[in-house]
Amino acid sequence: MTVETTLAVTEQVIRAYSEKMQEPGWMTDFRLTALAQAADLPMPEPDKTNIKSWDFLSFSAHTVESEGYSTLADLPQDIQSLIDTENQKTLYIQRNNTPAYVSVSQELQDKGVIVTDIHTAIRDHGDLVKQYLMTDVVKPDEHKLTAYHAALLNGGAFIYIPKNVEMDEVVQVIYVQDDESVSLFNHTLVVAESNSKLTYVENYLSTFETATGQANIVSEVLAKDNAKITYGAVDVLAKGYTAYVNRRGVAHRDAVIEWALGLMNDSDTIVENVTHLVGDNSEGHVKTVVVGRGDQKQNFTTKVIHWGKNSEGQILKHGVMKDSASSIFNGIGKIEHGASKSNAEQESRVLMLSEKARGDANPILLIDEDDVTAGHAASVGRVDPMQMYYLMSRGISKHEAERLIIHGFLAPVVRALPVEGVKKQLTEVIERKVR
Amino acid sequence: MSTLVIQDLHVSIDGKEILKGVNLTLNTGEIHAVMGPNGTGKSTLASAIMGHPKYEVTSGSVTLDGEDVLEMEVDERAKAGLFLAMQYPSEITGVTNADFLRSSINARREEGDEISLMKFIREMDSKMDFLEMDQDMAQRYLNEGFSGGEKKRNEILQLMMIKPTFAILDEIDSGLDIDALKVVSKGINEMRGEGFGSLIITHYQRLLNYITPDHVHVMMQGRVVKSGGPELAHKLEAQGYDWIKEELGIEDETVGQEA
Repeated sequence: MTVETTLAVTEQVIRAYSEKMQEPGWMTDFRLTALAQAADLPMPEPDKTNIKSWDFLSFSAHTVESEGYSTLADLPQDIQSLIDTENQKTLYIQRNNTPAYVSVSQELQDKGVIVTDIHTAIRDHGDLVKQYLMTDVVKPDEHKLTAYHAALLNGGAFIYIPKNVEMDEVVQVIYVQDDESVSLFNHTLVVAESNSKLTYVENYLSTFETATGQANIVSEVLAKDNAKITYGAVDVLAKGYTAYVNRRGVAHRDAVIEWALGLMNDSDTIVENVTHLVGDNSEGHVKTVVVGRGDQKQNFTTKVIHWGKNSEGQILKHGVMKDSASSIFNGIGKIEHGASKSNAEQESRVLMLSEKARGDANPILLIDEDDVTAGHAASVGRVDPMQMYYLMSRGISKHEAERLIIHGFLAPVVRALPVEGVKKQLTEVIERKVR
Repeated sequence: MSTLVIQDLHVSIDGKEILKGVNLTLNTGEIHAVMGPNGTGKSTLASAIMGHPKYEVTSGSVTLDGEDVLEMEVDERAKAGLFLAMQYPSEITGVTNADFLRSSINARREEGDEISLMKFIREMDSKMDFLEMDQDMAQRYLNEGFSGGEKKRNEILQLMMIKPTFAILDEIDSGLDIDALKVVSKGINEMRGEGFGSLIITHYQRLLNYITPDHVHVMMQGRVVKSGGPELAHKLEAQGYDWIKEELGIEDETVGQEA
């Protein structure tokens, strides 16, 4: 099988799209430069997964147009249930590629917080977006997929928290896909200025069975000095996508980034989650849970890179594999020279529910500094028969006992998610996938 | 009245025979103590009755009111009325004590007739008070990070919530200080009554100062070698096991040795 390595989309298409979106000239240039680079850039090389035959590039249309939602009552039921409609004041919903609903609490507006779709941000907050969009955290020329992402960017959100603003409320973003042909080149850009605090949660949710488009998703998360960002996500992309999901954070001095990621896609997926601890005393905490089923192939690379002194990195990954799903879990703690007194910890656990499932946990510590601490733990195994015996000895059926153990195994991330409705959704998705 | 009958039970682990023909009959309303030095097969008896996956019953029978227990899956045994307070309860991350207990109770009830949350919480609160347990233990993960004493209390909490017909307590007293021992005993005595029978496995007479057994059995070499009333426990406390060994001509009481 030959796989498309170049794109059908031409410079003209991109120019026209940029113009239609009323983008400033710098954005058009940004796209075209990336497009020109893409042709010569290599594909990414996720460790231990060969993606040569994966088709990330063919799709029928760059964008699809959808109607917005004038009120939350117009939302389909399974989207509504994600939202605490009474209390969720700050919310952005994107339907396919169309910004469909946005609301920002008066309090946040007064404080200068920006929560908007990426297109509006490019038009109205051009200086800020130009400064941060793929300039530092993720760059277009890293490989072919980042370059195409930059060239084709067709959705996403911009979240900006000014200096010293500590938010009590949660910013919620929902990316809904209800058109099978939709392709996502979706970009979430989060910037937290010094001494600010943000809790953010996002959902990717496909309501159809099988996608015919592509998903190429990038999130850039920047926590400046002493900022704290809690970033929760639940991804439920339909099968049919060949998904590339890159969420990357940079933490400056004393900053903290906490990730809680429920990666529940039904598509073949390459997930990259990297946190750069560039500032002294910065912290990165990553919690990830995954359920693989069917004949899904996935690669999860989680990396925390320590540059700053006394930086703290923690990775916790739990995966459940069933049917003939196969997944690679690469966990990398890297301590650069000069990052003394840093601590890199990681734990990867994979639970196999069937003979044919595959799960490989690869813990890697790369340390270029003497005065540090680091540790890793990894295991791949089946449900512990002693735990089953204990639960069943109380009258709990085999099926229910297994269910409890699996939910328990995935609980660390469920509990870390900031919004009740999203917690509940992840629990239900897990339920559906492991049944 | 219910009756649990163990007849000529032979049990092996990894091909090695541990129980070599155990006979015991328990009725509800009775408390039996099974005593004996370490390595004589007491815990194996408990595990085999409950259906521990590593123990293989090679011959003999266990019946509960005439029903063949050995044919049942572990959860079916529990639903038939058996309970085992384990010596080493499993730790299960991510499952709270309260969720686990509620699942256990609901497993015995029909769908649509689950215990109401309020009723469950009230009952658990009062039982935890009775056992002098911290209320926060309800929301902690099942046995995770529990001290030895907390695990034992938690086993008794489950016993009191589930209210089985027969409870087997496998060394519930090991590793307990005197205060914890009193609390655990209080829980078991609270259960005592017409509809409840118990088999208490211990190698210390100490526990029996707080729970007076109706019958006492001594195990050696994988069999019950002597049975009697509560006075037998007192005699063991005063004189140890040597007199039994002498009486029966046993040199080494552990499994694998023959008289």
